[in-house]
Amino acid sequence: MVKKILKIENLKTYFYTWAGIVKAVDGVNIDVNEGETLGLVGESGSGKSVTALSIIRIVPSPGKIVEGKIIYKGENLVEKKEKTLQDIRGKEIAYIFQDPATSLNPVFTIANQLVEVILRHQKISKKEALEKAIELFRLVEIPDPEIKIWNYPHQLSGGMKQRMAIARALASQPNLLIADEPTTNLDVTIQAQILELMKNLKKKLGMSMILITHDMGVVADTADRITVLYAGRVCETADTKTIFYNPKHPYTQALLTAVPSLALKTEKLNVIPGSIPNLIKPPKGCRFHPRCEYAQQICTKKIPELTEIEPGHKVACLRATEINLKSPLGGSNN
Amino acid sequence: MFNKQVGLIHAVDGVSFSINKGETFGLVGESGCGKTTTARAILYIDPPTSGKINFEGKDIVSIFKSKNKEEKLKLRRKIQYVFQNPYASLDPRMTVSDIIIEPLIIHKLVPKKFCYQRLYELLKLVGLEEYHAERYPHEFSGGQRQRICIARALAVEPTLLIADEPVASLDVSVRAQILNLLTELQQKFKTTFLYISHDLSTVRHICHRVAVMYMGRIVEVAKTEDLFEEPLHPYTKALISSIPIPDPLAKKTRIILTGEVPSPINPPVGCRFEARCTYDKDQNCVKNVPKLVDVGNGHFVACEKTKK
Repeated sequence: MVKKILKIENLKTYFYTWAGIVKAVDGVNIDVNEGETLGLVGESGSGKSVTALSIIRIVPSPGKIVEGKIIYKGENLVEKKEKTLQDIRGKEIAYIFQDPATSLNPVFTIANQLVEVILRHQKISKKEALEKAIELFRLVEIPDPEIKIWNYPHQLSGGMKQRMAIARALASQPNLLIADEPTTNLDVTIQAQILELMKNLKKKLGMSMILITHDMGVVADTADRITVLYAGRVCETADTKTIFYNPKHPYTQALLTAVPSLALKTEKLNVIPGSIPNLIKPPKGCRFHPRCEYAQQICTKKIPELTEIEPGHKVACLRATEINLKSPLGGSNN
Repeated sequence: MFNKQVGLIHAVDGVSFSINKGETFGLVGESGCGKTTTARAILYIDPPTSGKINFEGKDIVSIFKSKNKEEKLKLRRKIQYVFQNPYASLDPRMTVSDIIIEPLIIHKLVPKKFCYQRLYELLKLVGLEEYHAERYPHEFSGGQRQRICIARALAVEPTLLIADEPVASLDVSVRAQILNLLTELQQKFKTTFLYISHDLSTVRHICHRVAVMYMGRIVEVAKTEDLFEEPLHPYTKALISSIPIPDPLAKKTRIILTGEVPSPINPPVGCRFEARCTYDKDQNCVKNVPKLVDVGNGHFVACEKTKK
């Protein structure tokens, strides 16, 4: 039996804006097993980042967690006090933000920022902390760590900054690492470097990881399991191979076919009509039904529950077993 | 103090290529390699220091340098540009109708009476509705804004359309819509496209021929199929191998490049890729600038090691 390091149950995070309540995350269930990488996939506005921010309880105002449980190692983080959370953040659960350039403080040296994180969670002297910081820099494969560590963020390139952000996240050897689009702003060759680095580090340190991305290519390569989000709800959860070869939710399939691929040259890309719905007044029933080609009368009324159709493969679609979806990779491969 | 010139950036350094009529020509490379600067040089937004740009048989650099306003305006009509960021390239205080009708009036293409008729035609062409005409840019999503930009560019019936990362800032599903629209429009109007992107999978999807740039120089030019099936330059190989493939079972032989792009202020003397190259390098690579050589079938490579 695999141990679950994180279990999110029926999480609801709403934003109370003047225009109305934005239901950014509305009843999300996610499990993360120990030692695995979970890919969290969806378009912008699907609630990936808000879910991740909810885990470490740093949802920006006017957002609030209104319901649900976030169980990390048997304890519910939603009920925890801010003070206890500060001990968990960075030490137990670390976060790598989307844009490395804006998540570093421009007026402090890298050394300063790394040592601060190390000293927050470990009782060691400043000198030891600095040595440790240099060690971390070596771990993320930055050349000349003794010199580079005295640089300011603006002196580093995008790829270097992202390595630095990874080093900072790993400073206290977290058990769970949340990486929010860690390679979106980087060039392809640098992206390949960073992904390879993260894979190796995960193996070396034995962490669990949540990888948030909208790039199907990135998850195919790095994730063990994938959860697909749409408009604040989970559409489908399964292991990576099943998601790619045997998708059961129309949205998952649409995501797969909308990406131009190097492997398959098609004349015309499949288009998902319309765009992501307004989350102040989300569509009734299944939230994907206005854009779904398989939608029927019932889809507009009944909210589909996340149900297990095969062991480990959960889908939230009323017609999941009726419709026969084809994967662009050539059908089911069971 | 602040305006002191610290050095010359050789953003684009000796680039030559030609685009055939009616084709989609892709220009790919990592950020900072000079793709956008090349495109801006064509329109004389960033005037080239030296070199020639021939368009329909005329040297356009000398036309832009001259004071012949009429000729310049004509050229500007024929070459249109779709910018990378649709959030920054539309005037927030103009309605869609103002935005699209302005070029029609400047270039005196349509009598004022028929401007609106043409406007509605254009909106329909890019998949927008008539009632969108009186709205402001902030009322649209990113994909819709990019459609407005495309309509504005097409309003004057250009012969060359430069699209600078038109889908980079858009969501995956919207990206597919815009790419389909571009291919459709090209088939309809036989416009020539210069498509600039760092995303090789979209390039493969819409381009006929592709040029790969590295640090201000072109390292390889080939037909799209040839380039992806049989890349010859070590940089192209690495670039193609680092694209994540959306298939968990795909066999990957990834070439991971070490290091990052060197500074363009003080570029390496010989081959600019030498420091990151995975081939056996020798003195020749360090000293001599590799020339772009034809290896047959319209496939050009700039690498000393590949030639033999």
